[in-house]
Amino acid sequence: MKHFSLSRYRAIVRKELIQIRRDKPSMAIALILPFMMLFLFGYAINTDVDEIATSVWDQSQTAQSRELVANFTNTEIFRTVSYVSSYAEMEKLIDNGSVHVGLVIPPDYAKQLDRGEPAAVQLLIDGSDPNIARTAAANAQLIVQQKAIAIQEKNLQKEGVWKLEQPLQAETRVLFNPEMKSIVFNIPGLIGLIMQNVTMILTAFSLVREKERGTMEQLNVTPIRPIELLTGKITPYVFIGSFSFSIVLLFGTLWFGVPIKGSLPLLFVLSVLFLITTLTLGIFISTVAKTQLQAMQVSFALILPSVLLSGFMFPRETMPLVIKWLGGLVPLTYFLEILRGIFLKGVGLAALWKDTLGMVIFSCLIITIAILRFRKQLD
Amino acid sequence: MSCAIQCKNLTKKFHNRIAVNDLTLSIKKGSIYGFLGPNGSGKSTTIRMLCGLLVPTSGSGTVLGFDVTKESESIKQRIGYMSQKFSLYEDLTVEENLQFYAGVYGIAGRELKQRKADLIEMAGLTGREKQLAGSLSGGWKQRLALSCALLHRPELLILDEPTAGVDPVSRRIFWDVIHDLARQGITILVTTHYMDEAETCDEIGFIFFGNLLTHGTPKSLISEMNADNLEDVFITLVQQQEAAQAELGQKVGRK
Repeated sequence: MKHFSLSRYRAIVRKELIQIRRDKPSMAIALILPFMMLFLFGYAINTDVDEIATSVWDQSQTAQSRELVANFTNTEIFRTVSYVSSYAEMEKLIDNGSVHVGLVIPPDYAKQLDRGEPAAVQLLIDGSDPNIARTAAANAQLIVQQKAIAIQEKNLQKEGVWKLEQPLQAETRVLFNPEMKSIVFNIPGLIGLIMQNVTMILTAFSLVREKERGTMEQLNVTPIRPIELLTGKITPYVFIGSFSFSIVLLFGTLWFGVPIKGSLPLLFVLSVLFLITTLTLGIFISTVAKTQLQAMQVSFALILPSVLLSGFMFPRETMPLVIKWLGGLVPLTYFLEILRGIFLKGVGLAALWKDTLGMVIFSCLIITIAILRFRKQLD
Repeated sequence: MSCAIQCKNLTKKFHNRIAVNDLTLSIKKGSIYGFLGPNGSGKSTTIRMLCGLLVPTSGSGTVLGFDVTKESESIKQRIGYMSQKFSLYEDLTVEENLQFYAGVYGIAGRELKQRKADLIEMAGLTGREKQLAGSLSGGWKQRLALSCALLHRPELLILDEPTAGVDPVSRRIFWDVIHDLARQGITILVTTHYMDEAETCDEIGFIFFGNLLTHGTPKSLISEMNADNLEDVFITLVQQQEAAQAELGQKVGRK
């Protein structure tokens, strides 16, 4: 009698499909929620820093000082929002957060330049957001340096040297995402994050619902085996999840203009594998939770680690080893590498086999634990 | 004489609480056995052990010749079970519920068609096949549940308070069906709080605080206890036990 019965498995799949069809809210969660989330969060998650609000205290008030300000704003990294005439005024603006950068040009700026004396401008940077501060400092440094070189060249021209050769130059070429747009990096990750949390909730509810309604008791006295029940419950959601994933994928590439460089069939196959993993995770939650409310809470508790530990927000390379291992408990961790690999780099299975294997092992492990827990609960 | 259920010294402990204590009983094939006892006395725990849902702490039992601990799969294939709480899918229609359980028990093709038609007729659900189970009234629901439990022609039917909260007419119809099934040779184990139902059983067992206090035919029990009816027997037994428990408690207290 220890065998997998196809007849029982089919009966469960058919029953689930009828129930899903009649359960409009679940259908809405599965099909509309991912799409809406991507639309909203696609705009929200943007780590590109530009147009940093800047306040200028121009004490020189000369053509030269105005040119320097223009040099800053022309890069579109800085945007002059106000002119002030004292430190106090500038500090107040930084304190209340209306500007992040203050540019102070001394009164004798133009005079010093004309005389060929070294001049200095001061930059006050609000360091509360390190990302903005870093961008501001690095760019200001660059702008001033280039300005300095330009001035030097001009001075040398006066002395008869026509061209200044730079002894060393770095030629950088950014691969995969040449414009360094954060959206190209974020959208694939966002797709994974959304799909994980939505599909996990679907199966997390399905088993608990049977417990709450008392139908589980009836199932338990039938010859249905746990593996038949759990796989039968997952199967319909794999199809629904794949459909939902396709919509989100299409939307992400067409609306947000994030191209897929790698193989689309490979992406799809690995996505189905990912869906199976998250759905089994949901089933596991179902065996832990006693009520739908608990299932909801556990699912929500998993969202934060998925965002913070998976590499979605912060690169995993810099994490302490223990935290890195913890990240391995989130299926998204593996899928993010796959998503970004295929989307951005266009790599194949040869580069992604480790993460694929990780996902397979993860789902096998979690379904085994779920089945064991499920068996034990009967007792 | 062959027995459908036989158990010896069956015991179930939850942590330190004894739910079923040293229960020994045998139920003849084709008979109706009424399981009586107050709420929480251990009836459901016993049933769950017999169905293979719970593993006994100690003791042994066979159901239809299969060991309850080792061969629960074979038992599950041969028994029908119905609980007091409606445990079918309310968001599935009458027919879909039957269809689902048919698939679960591996019934298909012509046999499925025949069984479905027979059971829908037996339950008086003709014309309601496409109705959602959740929209049926209490009595109909119970009969649908019974139909699903009978789909695979079980040799043993276990009913846990099947008529709790069901109106008298539906109760009568339900018991007519049960007697009919017994005549066909199906063994029935039923728990109930209704004494008029218990009186029509072939044999009765009283269980209290996990102990099987007494068992026998309704008539023999009434005469044994010098009572007027089963209800008196039931109340007398419960009072005796509670008094004994209280005395025990006092003794322990004095020490």
